[in-house]
Order: sequence, then structure tokens, then C-alpha cells
Amino acid sequence: MKHPRSWRARGLAAAGVSAALVLAACGGGGGGGTGGQQGSSSQGAQAAFNAASTSVVNPSDKKGGTLKFANEGDWDTLDPGETYYAYSWNFARLYGRSLMMFKSAPGKEGNQLVPDLAEAPGQSSDGAKTWTYKLRHGVKYDDGTEVTSADVKYAVLRSIDKQTFPNGPAYWEAPSALNLPSGYKGPYKTPNMNTDSAIETPDEYTIVFHMKKPFASFDYLAQQPDTMPVPKDKDTGAKYRNSIVSTGPYKFEGLQPGKSFNLVRNDQWDPATDPNRKALPDRIEVTLNVNADDIDNRIISGDLDVAVTSLGVQPAAQSRVLQDPTLKDNADNPLGVRLWYTSISPTVKPLDNINCRKAIEYAMDGTAYQTAYGGQFAGGDLATTILPPSVPGYQKYDLYPNGPDHKGDLDAAKKSLEACGQPNGFETNIAYRAERPKEKATAEAFQQALGRVGIKLTLKPYPQGDYFAQYAGLPPYVVKNKLGLATNGWAADWPDGFGFLSQIVDSRVIRETGGSSNISVRIPDVDNMLDSALTELNTDKRNQDWGAIDKRVMEDAVIYPGVYSKSLLVRSKNATNIFVTDAYGEYDYLGLGAQK
Amino acid sequence: MTLPPEAGAEAEAAIPEAVLAGAGPTEGRSLGQIAWMRLKRDKVALGGGIFLILLILVAIFAPLIVKYLGSPPNEFHQELIDTAGGTLEPIGRFGGMSWDHLMGVEPVNGRDIFSRIVYGSRISLLIAFLATLLSVALGTTLGIISGFIGGWTDTFTSRLMDVFLAFPLLVLAIALAGVFPDQAFGLQGNQLRIALLIFIIGFFNWPYIGRIIRGQTLSLREREFVESARSLGARRGYILRTEMLPNLIAPILVYSTLLIPTNILFEAALSFLGVGIRPPTPSWGGMLSDAVVYYTQPHFMFWPGMAIFVTVLAFNLFGDGLRDALDPRANR
Repeated sequence: MKHPRSWRARGLAAAGVSAALVLAACGGGGGGGTGGQQGSSSQGAQAAFNAASTSVVNPSDKKGGTLKFANEGDWDTLDPGETYYAYSWNFARLYGRSLMMFKSAPGKEGNQLVPDLAEAPGQSSDGAKTWTYKLRHGVKYDDGTEVTSADVKYAVLRSIDKQTFPNGPAYWEAPSALNLPSGYKGPYKTPNMNTDSAIETPDEYTIVFHMKKPFASFDYLAQQPDTMPVPKDKDTGAKYRNSIVSTGPYKFEGLQPGKSFNLVRNDQWDPATDPNRKALPDRIEVTLNVNADDIDNRIISGDLDVAVTSLGVQPAAQSRVLQDPTLKDNADNPLGVRLWYTSISPTVKPLDNINCRKAIEYAMDGTAYQTAYGGQFAGGDLATTILPPSVPGYQKYDLYPNGPDHKGDLDAAKKSLEACGQPNGFETNIAYRAERPKEKATAEAFQQALGRVGIKLTLKPYPQGDYFAQYAGLPPYVVKNKLGLATNGWAADWPDGFGFLSQIVDSRVIRETGGSSNISVRIPDVDNMLDSALTELNTDKRNQDWGAIDKRVMEDAVIYPGVYSKSLLVRSKNATNIFVTDAYGEYDYLGLGAQK
Repeated sequence: MTLPPEAGAEAEAAIPEAVLAGAGPTEGRSLGQIAWMRLKRDKVALGGGIFLILLILVAIFAPLIVKYLGSPPNEFHQELIDTAGGTLEPIGRFGGMSWDHLMGVEPVNGRDIFSRIVYGSRISLLIAFLATLLSVALGTTLGIISGFIGGWTDTFTSRLMDVFLAFPLLVLAIALAGVFPDQAFGLQGNQLRIALLIFIIGFFNWPYIGRIIRGQTLSLREREFVESARSLGARRGYILRTEMLPNLIAPILVYSTLLIPTNILFEAALSFLGVGIRPPTPSWGGMLSDAVVYYTQPHFMFWPGMAIFVTVLAFNLFGDGLRDALDPRANR
């Protein structure tokens, strides 16, 4: 599950969400957050399976010690203007300060946005099109110079240059986002252009963003690492990733690209300006390109603390952890902000008939989908909606109940087939990414389950690099090759209905030339509902809108929701203050401390 | 025939078979009969041969065998998998071995490994046999032409063989199988994949056998019986068919038998790399590739690995025995 960047959609909020982005979050135990931190610090919530998902395990305020992180691959980039992995956004809070940030707290509380570099959340005016932030005074870079609003503006503008930073998120420059002058290509190529129409800095501590369209959930944009200030005179473009100037409690030391780097204390960081960070360990050592099985074994033995990509243990360690009660008590199983699903294309006959699509919804064996993704612990929970339970706005409902054992309701499926005029079933194809064994297993599960009602499926593997650009995401190709089903997956860049839904249910992101992650949802109603939700400034009402959109899409039976992803993580023996944050579905790297 | 003075056990082995076997009245024996007699005495080769015959029968009667001894190869048996504990490993010892599932079941979906091995033999053998046939046909034709005609034709064909031998076959195979469309030449889906695999494996392996045939032809061409045929006015076609080809049958047979296991391995390698047969159709290489991430479940890797190993070994033993029988002068 590495990053298939090339398929990232580039519409408004080209969320893209590479598959590697495990924006997981803890689903259950909503209230665990607030009580958890205080309550457990006295008695110490000790080893129990999944304890860190809702409370702080091994709480401590002791400073000092070293934490060891390992990454099974290379870091995409440490440059806050380009990095685009959930784990990296989680980690970036150690060395950089963005305008807003996700609170360092367990469970659902971790989903809250709190001001970081800014003094307070954004103030909107002009119908949610203009957003103003006041910066904290006294925040300094690691060389001692003070951060100004011009640095934040510069950081945002440089991230727009997609020739220099091809892999970063593309929210700022999207057609309906920042009101940039036409022809603007970032500060490197068009340095003299006046960009005040997009971002104004009336004084050293004020920054004003102007959007072309209302963007009610702007604070989520302001938490992206690309709002972490970058000093213009220290910026070296694409090479800045190797010489990052820190604003957080840690700065870089001994960075060897592709091998390792360390974070050490930044003496210019003033805790008085920062209510959000405890900064417990003295030192964080990160090793890159370590074998994934090796990482699992070393964490279990206590030689290593964190598998930073947080994708969950490999199958070998998985059975070891689940079978050994002691190991299991030291593992967590957070639910993610990610859905593994299958698109059902209404452009392919006979799936243009809603009843034929419903037959698939009823006939599929949900448990087979679950095991294909690794079972109830490593795979996830059976899904009946598009929004995972951890995303605000989630409403629990099940339009296509698949029987008490979740193995499919064959009677309902047969009735739907009759209503569709295909009582003996029909033939169609299922596309999946050839490199992904889990998607292959899913396709095989579909073939078996749908075969029970006479729907004959043929498996069509495609290379994942071009999956959306040339195959499953290319509308004419889908029709021509009768790709009725296509396995798919989605994780939001942030836990919010917009971040989760916009790229996969908005029909306007579908392009005839391919590349969209939305393969099957073409409902004009839904497009309108999305637009109106973005003008709703009341968060609760907006969240209700997301739930309604979710349900409207499911009524059309164009998506088979498979599993809300979960990952199996092993807790470090040396780390203290361990908890999973809802915002990333990973251990909160900002909260961790070390015993030694 | 004079016997050497110290006629011992060692010397006896050197006595021609015709004499040893000659209990009854001495008869003339054809080359085939002599070879068969030699082969019969080579128990190892014979064992390999018997295994291969069984394997071919298994491949042919796969549906029947699976009907009585297994379950359909693509059928899921999730009730046999530990879904409650979340490990997704087969329930029971040795990968869930039982009378219903002789080799246990796969992790995750619980498919019967025995059935998949049995059905997998069809793919392996089909592709290996047909690819070998293609190589042998091409190699023999071009080898004979090259050796018999000589001159510019020989130079050109020999260089062509060099080019083919230098080809990065695996890279080409992966690239070709990756970009090949889903439908072509009136075939689609797995039929097309099988045809493509046969083509890739067969078409690029012909120079090996081609070189051997060319060498044999070169030496045969100068032999007395060919020269006498030529002096009697026999035409080229006649000489090729009647004088050369029968003498080439032995090397062709031997090298085909030795090429088949190589092709089985190559097919398995391609399936392992994900460019082979499309799932869920079982193939040994594909099963191995599925098993890699479940190395804590050794049975999943053991059975397909064993199937490939034993089959390749049997072909090699049989091929070696056949070579010894047909051409005892050839050095091992």
C-alpha cells in the first residue's frame, strides 16, 4: 500500500488521499477522551487490548529519554509544504507549527482543532469566503528569528508550485479555492506578482485568506503542514526538505536522506507560546527503509518504539500478537477514517437498472469482504455507510441488510434480480489493482458470493499506477470493457465530511479523460447538497448535511461499502503517555514520552 | 568376439546389452528396443516416468478427482478459518488438514489446497508442454536448416540464436504480459493469457534446442550414409526426411524432456510475479505468490512448492534416464 500518487484527483481539494494515508481514528468510546487523560494519570490505565484507543496508557509527565521510530520505506518528504501522508502530518507537529492543529488528546478529543501558531480559530466574513487569523507573539525559528505572518503566506504560496512540490496536497490552488491572480505559479517562478487578492498580511501578526467560493470548514485547511512558516531567505526549494528550519519543540540533526535522522530539542521553542505540546522526550531517532517484519519484531522485543507509518503489523506478527494474550494486551486496534469499498458503475448494462445494483448489495457476503482485508482486527468493521463512524456527521443506517450472519440476503437479491428483469443473473466484470492482494481477495470474494444468485463475475486486474487514470477511473474504458464493479478505497485528508466525501461522491470530479477516484456516483442532487453544505457555518448542521449526502448516495446503490478500516498496532515498551488520536488513527506522536 | 583376459564383474557391465540379454536365439534389435531395455533397468528414471504419467492423468481427470477428494477449487470455506480470533488462519493442525481437505485450506478464504494443486497441474503442464512443443518445432526447423544448408543461412541463423539467447527474457515477459490487452486475436481472458504465456516461454527458448540440432546436423551431414545417399542422387528433401530426421529424434526427445521442467519453473516464476494466469484460476506459481505473506503458515507454501519441486525433479530424472538410454555415449 504505497502511494499511488498518480491517481490523485486534482479538482477542488484534490484530496487524493494516497492509499497509504491511513487516516485512521478511534471509533468507539467517544467520551473516553476527556475523562481518560485525567482519570488514567492517577491510576495508570494499564495494558489492556485497545486501551490506548480511548485513554492514555502509561501516563507520565517525565521529561527526557529517547524514542526510536522506524519507517519501512523512505519518508515521502519532510518538507511541510509537500508531505502528504497522515503519519507525516502527525509527525510534523513535532518540528513545525501550523496555524491550527489537531489537539494532542486521546480518542475523539483528538479530532478537535485547536489554534497553534494562530491565537484563535479563523474568523470568517464575506459569506465564509474570507478567513482571518491572528498569530501568536514570540514564536521563533530555531535560529532565533521571530515568525511573522509573511512567513506563513510565503509557506502557503510556495506549496502551490506543483513543479517543485509535485506530491503535495492541492487544496490551495484548486479552481474554487484561493483567489490567486491568473498565471500565478508560486514565488519561485512568478516572484513579483501581487498575491494580495489571495492572501493579505496587513501586519506582522495578521493573515487574511480570500477564497473564490465559500469554504465553511476552512480551519481544516489551516491545519495542513503547508501553513507551517518557512523563512524566505532559508528556503532552498525542493532541497529545503534536507535543511528544514524548525518552529516546534524539536529540530533536525544528522539528517541522512533515505537512511536516518534525529530530532533534538530546539532551545528557541518557548513553551509559553505553546499550550498544546508537552515535548517529553529529549531525543527522537528515526531510521528509514527498515524491513516491515523486522520492525514488528523489534517493537515486540522492545528494541524499537514506533512503526511510524502505522499501517498495522504484518500478517506474521498479526497472528503472533492475536494468539498471545500478553502481546494482545499491549496492542491497539483503532478504527480508521478510511473506507474500503467497491464502486458499482451505473454506466454498464445491466447495472443501469437500480434493481440490478441492489441485487449486488444484497448478494455480497460482507464477512468475506472483511476477511479479504484481514479480518475483524487487521481488516476492519463491516460497513453499511460511506462515512466511517469516526467522522463527524456519521449516521448509522443499513439500507441493504445482508442477513443476520452478514453472509448476504440471497432472497432479497433474487427479488431484486427479478425486478431488474434478469431473474437468472447476468455477467459483468470486476476491476481491481493487481499489486494489491487484498483487492484480489475481495474480487474473488465477490465472484464467489455473487455466483450464488447467478451473477457471473470475471476478474480484471490492472496496474495500480494507472488504475484511475487509464482503467477503472476512465469512463469510456469502463463502459467499453463492462467494468461493472471496481474495488476502491478512500481515506480523508482530515476527519470531516467534506474531506471524506467531496472527492468520491461529487459527480463533477469525474472527467472523461480519467483520473478521478469517483467512479460511479453521478447524482445531481448530491452535487447540490455538497455545495450547500459548504456554505453552512454551523458545524453541527453541516455535519448533519454530510450524513444526509451519505444516505442519498447509498439509496442509489452505486457504492458497496466494504469495511471501515482498522489497524493492529503494537505498543512500545519504552514509551509513556501512549494514546491513539482520532485525527490520524495512529499513536499521537506529539504526546509520546520515553522512560529512558 | 574375444573377451578381455581378466573378465570380471566390471568388464561384464561393458558387454553390449544384446549379448547380456541373449538367453534365447539372438535376434536383431531396433534402436528403440535397446533404448527401452536400458531405460527399464534405470529404476530412478522409470520412477520419474511413472510419476509423470500419474501427473498427466491427474491433470486430465482433475474434475473427477476433486469431485471425490476435495471441493471446487474456488469455493470459499470461511467456516474453516479463524475469523473470531482474527488471525484468519485455518482452524486445526497442519493448516486444517482433514479427510475433506487433504492438504488443508488456504488462510483468509479457506479454499481447498488439494483441489487447487490438482487444478494447478493442468495449467502448469498445459503451458509447459505447449511451450516446449513450440520451442522444439522452431528449434528443430531452424537448427536443421542452419546445419544442413550452411553458408550464409547458417551464419544468419546462428547470429539470430545469439540475439535470442542474449534477450532479457524475464523483463520482456513481465513487460509484455503487463501491457497486453484483455482481448486480442479472437481470444480473451485466461485463454489469451495462456496463449501469451505459451508464446513468451516457447518463442524465446528455441535457440537452446536449435543449437543442439544444428550441431547434430552438421556432424550427420558428413556421415557416410548421407554421402552415399547423396551420391545415389537423393534430393535434399529426401535426405532430410529419411536420413537426417530419424537420427535427430533421440536428441529432440531428450532435450524436450529436459526443457519441460525449465518451462514449468518459468511459468511458475511468471505467475509468482503476477503476470501469469488470472485469479481465481489456480496455478502453482500463483499459489506460492499468495503464500509469501503467510510465512507463518508453512503448509500454504509447502504444497505448491512441493508440487513444483517433485514435478521438475521427475522430469529431470526421466529426461536424464532417457538420454542415457538413447545416447549412452553422451557424457553426463
